[in-house]
Amino acid sequence: MISLLNALPGAVAQGLIWGIMAIGVYLTYRILDIADLTVDGSLCTGGAVCIMLMLSGYNVWAALFGALLAGMVSGLATGLLHTFMGIPAILAGILTQLGLYSTNLKTMGKANQAINVDKFDLLVSLRFTKNVPFYKNTIVIVAILIIVLIVFLYWFFGTELGCSLRATGCNDKMARAQGINTSLNRVLGLMISNGLVALSGALLAQYQGFADINMGRGAIVIGLAAVIIGEAVFGRIFHNFGFRLLGVVLGSIIYYLVLQFVIWMGIDTDLLKLLSAVVVAIFLAIPTWKDRYFSKPVKKGGKS
Amino acid sequence: MLVVKNISKTFNPGTVNEKQALRGLSLTLADGDFVTVIGGNGAGKSTLLNAIAGTWQVDEGQIIIDGMDVTKLPEHKRAAFLGRVFQDPMNGTAATMGIEENLALALRRGHRRTLKSGIVNSERKLYRDLLAKLNLGLENRLTSKVGLLSGGQRQALTLLMATLEKPKLLLLDEHTAALDPKTAAKVLETTETIVNQDHLTTLMITHNMKDAIQIGNRLIMMNEGQIIYDVAGEEKKRLTVEDLLHKFAEASGGAFANDRMILAK
Repeated sequence: MISLLNALPGAVAQGLIWGIMAIGVYLTYRILDIADLTVDGSLCTGGAVCIMLMLSGYNVWAALFGALLAGMVSGLATGLLHTFMGIPAILAGILTQLGLYSTNLKTMGKANQAINVDKFDLLVSLRFTKNVPFYKNTIVIVAILIIVLIVFLYWFFGTELGCSLRATGCNDKMARAQGINTSLNRVLGLMISNGLVALSGALLAQYQGFADINMGRGAIVIGLAAVIIGEAVFGRIFHNFGFRLLGVVLGSIIYYLVLQFVIWMGIDTDLLKLLSAVVVAIFLAIPTWKDRYFSKPVKKGGKS
Repeated sequence: MLVVKNISKTFNPGTVNEKQALRGLSLTLADGDFVTVIGGNGAGKSTLLNAIAGTWQVDEGQIIIDGMDVTKLPEHKRAAFLGRVFQDPMNGTAATMGIEENLALALRRGHRRTLKSGIVNSERKLYRDLLAKLNLGLENRLTSKVGLLSGGQRQALTLLMATLEKPKLLLLDEHTAALDPKTAAKVLETTETIVNQDHLTTLMITHNMKDAIQIGNRLIMMNEGQIIYDVAGEEKKRLTVEDLLHKFAEASGGAFANDRMILAK
């Protein structure tokens, strides 16, 4: 029991960091209606760029900004493959992800790059979750960062441009009829999303003390899990867009707490990814199952 | 207002599904014309509207709206001049967004979308007044999600959105076809009111021949990608449904092949 309690701050910190990634997934999956697989690559891109920039002497904030930009370029690549080259979104994401494997390797020079928490001024770390002053505590720092990001996104999606982006994802035929450049909006949405994912990867690399070529494997599933858990648990109470994003972050924390609990129960950790995949598959199936087996045979208005 | 010069469009060229949807069609609309379009299945009615709206580029010909050649302009840029209502009520609005958000999107048609607020308070009064005129009780539901509305309500809202920023040309693609007769009549009435009060140049496809005769000042009949009958003014008003069926048989050498139209007779 003590070991479980000791692991909790770490689980919360990881949940928060992955929460930023989950917000990125929410933007593409829920708002743009695209399942963007770029994130499996761009998470590592963020980590790799951040660590390499710090190793070459850049300040942590500059490194985070560099990671954000690199992520946005990844999103741009997927966006152009999808819109300009007409490749289906899922395939476009897979292509970028594959390409990123090489660029990530080249960025790091090898499959794994460590950074020493004692020699570099890291913003977040495994070591900063307990027994540090609160302003250095990883949980506090990431939580503040998330609040800033949510406030920014809340503002952005309320602007004329942000509204047109939401309309693009909801009904692109209508969007074009209202004079909205849907291709441009898709690219923009993918850039914002992957920028956030890379930022999350940058924090994750600092947190664990290294960037690894495989750190993004299955990231989309974790992101989706967070989105789905967040909606399942908080969907009925959070209606405002900002709170929905917060729900996604909380979903991510719940995911890591459950994961920690399962590990404490003594499950073979090799099976964790299979477990995640099964859980996400079941949750994704719920809307279909509801329609098929549990819906009441009532007539809906119009053709809806 | 609208000049369509000799446009052609072939879908799936070189395949077994090749379909010549428009064959050298020309059409000129004067300012304020309200034209109803009828024709059989696959006559090219919707294709004509899509060609004007820029859903895809035409193979040949030229499209000029209010003196400006828009033939090469992409769909979202042409939208600055056009108001559109589709047959499927789901197509014209964003279901997960509120009524006021949909209207705000429409108010900004043809303007650059900036980082200014997507909806400002002063607009809400305008929306409330316009919605009140629809008589559907929507004026007190500004923040309701459009997905909660009925097909008729959505179609009326789409109509409002299409004309909120006055278009040079209003394109109505069988916009009452998916509604029950009573709702359809109401939406049609609203259409006439809005078109008349703003003197909009309008192209309306309909499957109802009576409507086609009664509404508007001009009627065109299409068959196999061409206009086979074009009538306006007093002559149009004197038409009967039988006249139209006869005209069609004469021009096309066959009976009128539109199931819905025959049922609607």
